[in-house]
Amino acid sequence: MPAAKAQAIFRDLKLVDADPVGDQLALKRIALWALAIYSPVVAVDGNDGIVMNTEGADHLQGGEQKMLSRVASQFKAKGLNARVAIADTWGAAHACARSIRRETVIVGRGELFHAVARLPVALLRLAPKIVADLGTLGFRTIGELSATARAPLALRFGPQVGRRLDQMFGRISEPIEPIREADRIDVSRAFAEPIAAAETINKYVGRLIQQLIGELQRRGLGARKIDLIVEKTDGTLQAIRAATAKPARDEAWLTKLFKDRTEKIEPGFGIEKLTLIAVVTEPLQEQQKTSSLVEEAAADIAPLIDILGNRGQRVYRIAPVASDVPERSVRRIAPAGDDIRGTWDGHWRRPIRLLRQPDEIKALSLMPDYPPRSITWRGRQHNVRKADGPERVFGEWWTCESELEAVRDYYVVENEMGERYWIFRSGDGVDPETGDRKWFMHGIFG
Amino acid sequence: MTVAREHVLADLRERISALEGGIARRAGSLPFGVAEIDATLPGGGLARGALHEFAGGGAGTVDGAAAALFAAGIAARTTGQVVWCLTRPDLFMPALAQSGLHPGRVVFVEGDKEEDVLASMEECLAYGGLGAVVGELVRLPMTASRRLQLAAERKGTIALAVRRWRRQIEANDFGQPTAATTRWRISVLPSVDLPVQGVGRPRWLLELMRSRAGECAEFEIGACDDKGRIDILPRSGDRSDSESRCLYSA
Repeated sequence: MPAAKAQAIFRDLKLVDADPVGDQLALKRIALWALAIYSPVVAVDGNDGIVMNTEGADHLQGGEQKMLSRVASQFKAKGLNARVAIADTWGAAHACARSIRRETVIVGRGELFHAVARLPVALLRLAPKIVADLGTLGFRTIGELSATARAPLALRFGPQVGRRLDQMFGRISEPIEPIREADRIDVSRAFAEPIAAAETINKYVGRLIQQLIGELQRRGLGARKIDLIVEKTDGTLQAIRAATAKPARDEAWLTKLFKDRTEKIEPGFGIEKLTLIAVVTEPLQEQQKTSSLVEEAAADIAPLIDILGNRGQRVYRIAPVASDVPERSVRRIAPAGDDIRGTWDGHWRRPIRLLRQPDEIKALSLMPDYPPRSITWRGRQHNVRKADGPERVFGEWWTCESELEAVRDYYVVENEMGERYWIFRSGDGVDPETGDRKWFMHGIFG
Repeated sequence: MTVAREHVLADLRERISALEGGIARRAGSLPFGVAEIDATLPGGGLARGALHEFAGGGAGTVDGAAAALFAAGIAARTTGQVVWCLTRPDLFMPALAQSGLHPGRVVFVEGDKEEDVLASMEECLAYGGLGAVVGELVRLPMTASRRLQLAAERKGTIALAVRRWRRQIEANDFGQPTAATTRWRISVLPSVDLPVQGVGRPRWLLELMRSRAGECAEFEIGACDDKGRIDILPRSGDRSDSESRCLYSA
């Protein structure tokens, strides 16, 4: 639409000149940011996107689904709307990200053809002229185009159409040329003869780590995130990313992180080059280890946390939150870092097991504030012999509007066997505004 | 005669433990601070460089509540960081804090599979320098328990396996032999009677079902207090005069 026409339709329309150079620079900045957070292989994709190879790095974000929603929400926090897609190939992810209406989409393995068959030809990353000509010939979707004989297409449009289709379906490889920061710390080793044996890979990774540590030492830095980039003879890249809980420059520590995972490298026809890059670094000063003769310093478990974390285990500590609602009184925090100072107020006994969702139970009780005489939970009836309560917990109106009136009355009940449970009634038993007087099982005492 | 026999036995024990390995012996043991229990255990307490197994009784086989709390009490009485490996994250940290484990001391490692828990536990034991390593496990095969026991012996870290099953009938698996040094069953008992309405201090039936180079025993104990300590309470059968005592103590 010409600018004049748009101005005629909409009054006071603000016009801004397109700034392709500025856009490219901004995209490059975003790519560098993503490089430090998400994946070792990031590049600018066209003039409106970035592409990442997240294989071998998504476990640090807790899986693909979590990674995608995190990417989307981080853009949203900055006031930008992003569309995020993950697929087996660059081409397919490019097309899906530009055609979805949802914020995130994951194309599973083997679903690639179904996902892209109905998408328009324009998403195939072809020159605009070719797309227009294909439209004239009546090709609308990628599925139609891929079902057509190749020879006439190649004769008319050149090899580009066939190549883009093959790249999209993963029939030929399309390596991503990763973007790099200017002052990154990296060490690399190229091999005259491609290497493939696991021991050889381990040996050279060990040597690269030594070199990298030397480099870090010279600058007084410690690594927080390290990428190992494997370049293979067939032109493909494989990347392994390891993260540490705090700045590290210890050889044994870093070697162990990569030794655990070098078995995941698929050498294929051989490895041409290994590169080790410290993506995120923090200042790390030398420290005196022990100064006292008697007192034994507490062992530093950061290396252990990294080993477990890089194996895909979720490692965390639990810190107190000032809230009376039991499920909100705990929060997961990073396993290493600041000390947890406070603890929970210990006046009331708390159950050792807390059910994720309170289970509705049947209970027989006198209103308004007597503990139940008997409860039935999971088909088993418990006669209550002893009970403590009520402990009244009020809803938190400052977190949720609907909790303004809500009340829970907690009781500790014990049956004749000595099994102790934590149950609550929603509502104070008098005012129906505060809850519907249903009983719930919430925890089990030891 | 008896003195001579005692002497010979003590000498033999000394020689056997010398054969059994260095660090585990030097690590010593962690006493419960209850004379009756410590007297039953060889070495006067739970051996530090060793694997110990805990399970619940009755409904406790599924929720493992008392067993977890008992293990938490033991971990609380060690020094240093505690790693807790699990697959089902339903532990409620305030309760652990109430039995003496400060939240800053506990690092949780949550895996998707049982095997992850075993692998994480072994890694932690082999790392050394930790106060205790706790794992919540459904199955503990002989080979796996042997690996844990050896890893614990090597670095002298105490390993605590809390067994909890999906269903109560699966709990007969607890009879299968493992390489654990001691094996305990903790079942809940009615709490201590209070002179007023309410739930008193919880009580547990503590069964020592297996103890290497020691004898089995049974105790009725009061649950962990805020420092993780347990103590022996008078048996429920012995308290014929409890009614009257309560009246005056109130």
